[in-house]
Amino acid sequence: MEARLLPYFLILPVTLFLCLFFLYPFALVAQQAFGTGNGFSLDNFREVVSYWKFPISMKNTFLLAAAVVPIQLALSLLMATMVTKMQKGRDLVLYIWTIPLGISDLAAGIIWLAIFEQSGFLNSMMVGLGVTDQPVSLLSYQTPWIVFLAIMLAEIWRATAIMLVILVAGIGLIPKEYYEAADVFGASRWKQFTRITLPLLRPSLQTALVLRVILAFEVFAVVAALGGTIFPVLMGEIYAYQFDLQNGGAAAALAIIVLIISIVFTLIIMRALRVPKGATI
Amino acid sequence: MAEIQIKNVAKNFGSYQALHDINLTIADQEFMVLLGASGCGKSTLLRIIAGLETATTGEIWIGGRRVDHLSPKDRGISMVFQNYAVFPHLTVFENIGFGLRMQKLPDDEVKRRVERTAGLMHIEQLLKRYSGELSGGQRQRVAVARALAMEPDVILMDEPLSNLDALLRMEMRAELKGVLAESKTTAIYVTHDQVEAMSMADRISVMHQGKIVQAATPIEVYRDPAAEFVASFIGNPPMNFLPAEAAGSGRWTVAGQNLDGPANGKDLKWAIRPEDLRIADQGFGARAKVVEPLGAHLLVTCDVDGHQFRAVLDSELSVKPGDVLTLAPQEGRGRWFDPETTLAVA
Repeated sequence: MEARLLPYFLILPVTLFLCLFFLYPFALVAQQAFGTGNGFSLDNFREVVSYWKFPISMKNTFLLAAAVVPIQLALSLLMATMVTKMQKGRDLVLYIWTIPLGISDLAAGIIWLAIFEQSGFLNSMMVGLGVTDQPVSLLSYQTPWIVFLAIMLAEIWRATAIMLVILVAGIGLIPKEYYEAADVFGASRWKQFTRITLPLLRPSLQTALVLRVILAFEVFAVVAALGGTIFPVLMGEIYAYQFDLQNGGAAAALAIIVLIISIVFTLIIMRALRVPKGATI
Repeated sequence: MAEIQIKNVAKNFGSYQALHDINLTIADQEFMVLLGASGCGKSTLLRIIAGLETATTGEIWIGGRRVDHLSPKDRGISMVFQNYAVFPHLTVFENIGFGLRMQKLPDDEVKRRVERTAGLMHIEQLLKRYSGELSGGQRQRVAVARALAMEPDVILMDEPLSNLDALLRMEMRAELKGVLAESKTTAIYVTHDQVEAMSMADRISVMHQGKIVQAATPIEVYRDPAAEFVASFIGNPPMNFLPAEAAGSGRWTVAGQNLDGPANGKDLKWAIRPEDLRIADQGFGARAKVVEPLGAHLLVTCDVDGHQFRAVLDSELSVKPGDVLTLAPQEGRGRWFDPETTLAVA
C-alpha cells in the first residue's frame, strides 16, 4: 500500500463505526426533530419551548452548571497541584480520589439519597446528636434549596475527578525548569500558579472544561434520584417526552437544543482559553 | 560589590555524596568557570549558590551577606538555564521583563530596561515574538537578556551554550564575554567544554568527583595543572605521562632519557603537553602509530617505551605510521606528579 494512503486506511474502521453509530442516529434524531410528517417544520421546537416546564428546566440546568463547574474547577486545580507536589504515595491518593469515576451517575445519586432521605444517614445523625427530635424531610418541595444543595454536592463528589485526571496529566507536562526560572526571577508561589501553571495549562483546562460543561448540561440520573420532579432539568424533560408522553419528535427537538447549547459553550471555552497566536504550549 | 564566598559546602543525595567540603571565593566582577565532566557536581554547586538546591552543610555568602537561608529571589542573583526556560506563553518582551514585573517596577522602567538589554543582545526586532518562533540561538539570547535585565550582582549560567551548534557557540562565547565584562557583574559559568572555559574565564575551578581540584587562571590550569586529573582533562589532546625513575639528587630517568627534576626520593610521573614536543637529534625514540593531519598541525600518536605518547608537530612534516621519530621536550615545560597522591610535585 502506498504510504500516503495508509493512514486513511488505518482510520477507516473507526470512521465507519462513528458514521454508523453516531452520524446515522444523529441524522435520524434531526429528521425526527425537524419533521412532523409534512416536510421541514419547527413545530416540535415551538411545542417544546412554549411548554411551561421549559424555562424552569432550562434555568435549573444552567443554575446547576454555574454552581457546580466553577467549584469543580477550583477543587480539581487545587487537588491536582497538591497531588503533583507529593513525593510519596501520589498514585495511591490519585486512585482514591478518582474512585467516584468508576461509579455510575445513578448509583452516585442513590448513595447521596441514602444520606439525605428522611430515614437516611444525615437524619439519623441529627437525631442522634439531638439537633432535631425526629427525622425531617430534607428533599421536599418545601425546601428546594436543600434539594439543590444535595444535587450540587453529589455532582461535585461524582464528577470532579474527571477534571482532576486531565489537569494532573497537564501539570505533569510543564517542565520543572520554568518554575526554577520563576523562582529565580522572583515569582511567589501564587504568582507561579497564575503566571506559569494556569497559562501553560490552557490546553488541559480547555479539554477538562469542555468535557465537564457538556456533562453538566446532560445531568440527569443524580437529579432524578435526589430531586425527582421537584427539580426539573433539560435531560429529565427529554426523558419525559420520550417515555412518559411518547412524543419522540419533541424529545428529539429538545435534544437538539441541548446539543446547540453544548456547542455554543464549547466554542466559548475554546475561545476564552485559546493559546495566543504564535505561542507554543 | 558582590564577592561570593562558598564555605565548607557539602551536599548529599541520600547516601551519595555529590559535593565534598567545597571552599571557594569568587572576587567581585570575576568571571569564574566551573569546569568538569558530567556528574562532577558543578551544576549542583551552581544550584546551591542559586538557592534551587539546599546544601547539606556549609554557608554561601554573597556581597558580605549570608544567603544560604534565603530564597533565590532574595539573593541578588539571576540565572541562565541550560534549556533556556524561556516561557513559551509570553512574548520575548514579557520574558525579558518577567523579573522586573515581579518586582512591580513601573511600566516605563520595565520598557526601558527590556529595550536596553534586548539591544545588548541584538534581539530588539524580536520583542513581539513568542519563544516558539525563535531559533535556539535567539532563545539563548532572550535567556541572557532576561538575566541581565534584572541588573543582578551575580549572574549564574548553567551550560548556557551547550545546546547550540559549534559555530554559533563560538560566536556567542565571545559576545557573552564582552557583554558580561561590560555589565560589571560577578559571573559563575558552568560548562564541560574546556575551550569555553579557557576562552571566557578569569579563573577556572576544575571539579572532579565532587571536589575542586584546582582553581586558577586558564593559563595556570593549562601550564601548571595541580593534579593528574587536571593534566589529563585540560588540553586537547591531554598531557602525556611517562614513569620516571629516581637517579639520585634531582636526576631522573624517563624512558631512557636523563632529565632534571625535583629532589624527591620516590618514583614520580613525568608529563609533557603534546604541543611542547619537537623533532630533535636527541630525545625520546617514538614509533609513530597513527598520523592525523589536522590542517593547522599534525597530530601523531606514537609509542614511547610501551606508553602511548602524542605529539603535535608542524603540518609540513611528512610522517608515516611506523616511522621512528626523535622527540625532545621544550625546556621548562615538563611537569612532575606523585603517582600515589596524583598531585603535582614542584
